[in-house]
Amino acid sequence: MKMKRRDLLKGLGGLPILGAVWWAGAVNTIGSNKERTEILEQLNIRPSLPKTMAEISGSPVRVGIVGFGIRGEQLCRSLGFATKEWMEEMRLAAIEIPGHSALKDYMSQGKLNVNLVGVCDIFDMRAEKALNSFATDDNKIKRYKTHQEMIYSGDIDAIIIATPDHWHAPMAIDALNNNISVYVEKPMTHNIEETYRLREAAQNSKGVFVVGHQHRQTLSFKTAQDVVEKGTLGHVSLIQTNTNRNDDNGAWNYDIHEKANENTIDWDMFLGSAPKVPFNKNHFFRWRKWWAYGSGLSGDLLTHDYDRLNCVLNMGIPQSIMASGGVYAHNDGRNVPDVLQANMEFPDFSKGSSQIEGKEKGMTFCYSATLGNGFGRPTILMGHDATMELGNKLTVWPDAWSTRYAQSIEEGKMNPRVPIFQYNPASNVPDAISSATSQYFADKGLMWTYIDGVKVDSTYLHLREWLSVIKNGGSVSCGIKEGFEEAITAHMTGLSWKLGRRIEWDAEKEIIVPIDGVDFDKILLSNDSSLELV
Amino acid sequence: MANAKSNVALQNSLVVLRILIGWHFLYEGVVKIYNPEWTAFGYLATAQGPLKSVFSLLANNEIIGWVDTFNALALLFAGITLILGIFEKKGALAAIVLLAMYYLAHPPFPGLQQLNVEGNYWFVNKNLIELMACVILYLYPTGKIFGLAYFMKKKKTPKIEKV
Repeated sequence: MKMKRRDLLKGLGGLPILGAVWWAGAVNTIGSNKERTEILEQLNIRPSLPKTMAEISGSPVRVGIVGFGIRGEQLCRSLGFATKEWMEEMRLAAIEIPGHSALKDYMSQGKLNVNLVGVCDIFDMRAEKALNSFATDDNKIKRYKTHQEMIYSGDIDAIIIATPDHWHAPMAIDALNNNISVYVEKPMTHNIEETYRLREAAQNSKGVFVVGHQHRQTLSFKTAQDVVEKGTLGHVSLIQTNTNRNDDNGAWNYDIHEKANENTIDWDMFLGSAPKVPFNKNHFFRWRKWWAYGSGLSGDLLTHDYDRLNCVLNMGIPQSIMASGGVYAHNDGRNVPDVLQANMEFPDFSKGSSQIEGKEKGMTFCYSATLGNGFGRPTILMGHDATMELGNKLTVWPDAWSTRYAQSIEEGKMNPRVPIFQYNPASNVPDAISSATSQYFADKGLMWTYIDGVKVDSTYLHLREWLSVIKNGGSVSCGIKEGFEEAITAHMTGLSWKLGRRIEWDAEKEIIVPIDGVDFDKILLSNDSSLELV
Repeated sequence: MANAKSNVALQNSLVVLRILIGWHFLYEGVVKIYNPEWTAFGYLATAQGPLKSVFSLLANNEIIGWVDTFNALALLFAGITLILGIFEKKGALAAIVLLAMYYLAHPPFPGLQQLNVEGNYWFVNKNLIELMACVILYLYPTGKIFGLAYFMKKKKTPKIEKV
């Protein structure tokens, strides 16, 4: 067959189309990859990897749990001890709800070299629940009537304290004085005076002291430290962080156990240093609602947000705090506010600046909380050059009027509406300039912390770190320094709300600046006129 | 006479359709092979509908790399064969398999949340329509009219049967 031009066109006409499409795809992709790489190189942020931990080898650490309530049970699970009741509940949930993986995740959690040897709970049902689930022929768990009995028994190396706030410091101090290691839930203390005593006890003890801010193990926060240190955000002048809850559980109205009565609960022990009031189930199960035992939003939830940021910025105790709010969403007899705004001033705060020297210094940390609305407001760090949303995932947007990125924005390489950096511990690589799709999938919650491909809960990591330091030495992520800063900040906020005035910190003397005629601890613990039993 | 004319028009339209679909597949494939960090992980991990568990399995850490490579190569294969007009039946088949998987991973069924869609769909979406177009390309290859298969043409010119 003789080839004509027409034949060639009909036979090979597809080739130039193929070439053109290939060329366009390659050029566009390589071009945008190059832009991404350029931005990432310019930012030079190093995503954090999980901390390597020395083995918890040798004989198991003997741990006792004080307080086997909601949080106590959670902590024991992270330690590798789940109750039979919970396992059964999760087994059924996994059958009913496809994708429910709580039991599977628990079963695949790494085993810690610990023995749970003792439990101390003043409510019989809870103590028995622990014994029933955890006692084995090899390890007969002992129930102790008081934390002191447990500490002086000689049978434990470490205790976990998950009690109401007013018992945190007395128990932790007793344990530390006896060189027993302590893991205490937040807030570290319930009043100012004991905060100093606990610090002294921790500094002088051979025991390892940790405050239960498990989020310090979250990989994104460690990467966020690098984001800030590298000057990615420029000078941060405002931080906005929030609590939003709108359910009974979130408002601390926990279930009241049907078998709770004066015979099953050691009421005097529960009260401890709190004012003597007659037996009251509401107070026992929902203690977070009263200043006598808890500390409301300032101690319970602000501490999380404060410590998260203190972990990233290491900003320490604010120079002053002003708080306002009230009981606006759950007027049920509680005397801690359920709506709280706290503005903390850090006038000397600086992590560097992209502008002329001396122009930028100081920051306000604004905490805003309500227990009457569940709209998720993100935590935002607002810098002159960029804004960072801080969560399990990190996202950084350049600011339209940034000095550092002015040229890139002008050249169209950056766009204030498009993130320049995104970090998601669940994916393998940091992502700059994400597409709408990947943005969406990241937001969908595919953001668990993975270690070697396994979903890991941060409380487990926090406990593992504590146990490793007990065995091998080293330092913990949230020790007495961090705990002291957290506790003082919480107490200053509580005081400011109660007094309706600015509370100041004297960093040199390390004291809250006194106010004539005001006994801070008395004010902080007082239930004032609104203590009516309900 | 009218029939012969409309046959030619139909043939030409099918050639254009084949090239457009080939273009679409090729571009998607090229973009993926030039971006080594691209992964189907998010798409698979958020799969919905009756085959959710199958797609979630594909998102597994150990095999996601293979899944990504297979997807990109299959896209390129479909794109190249459809544009060049050679082995186009095999290319159309590959395209059908890919589109069926994309459709089933995020099916536009009532009650399921539609992720990242620019329109509104009820059972029928663009993946399904493109899939049917590929079925037609499979049934009526046109490479011998326009494409490399033209050179393999025997004496007899294939014609679309009268409809």
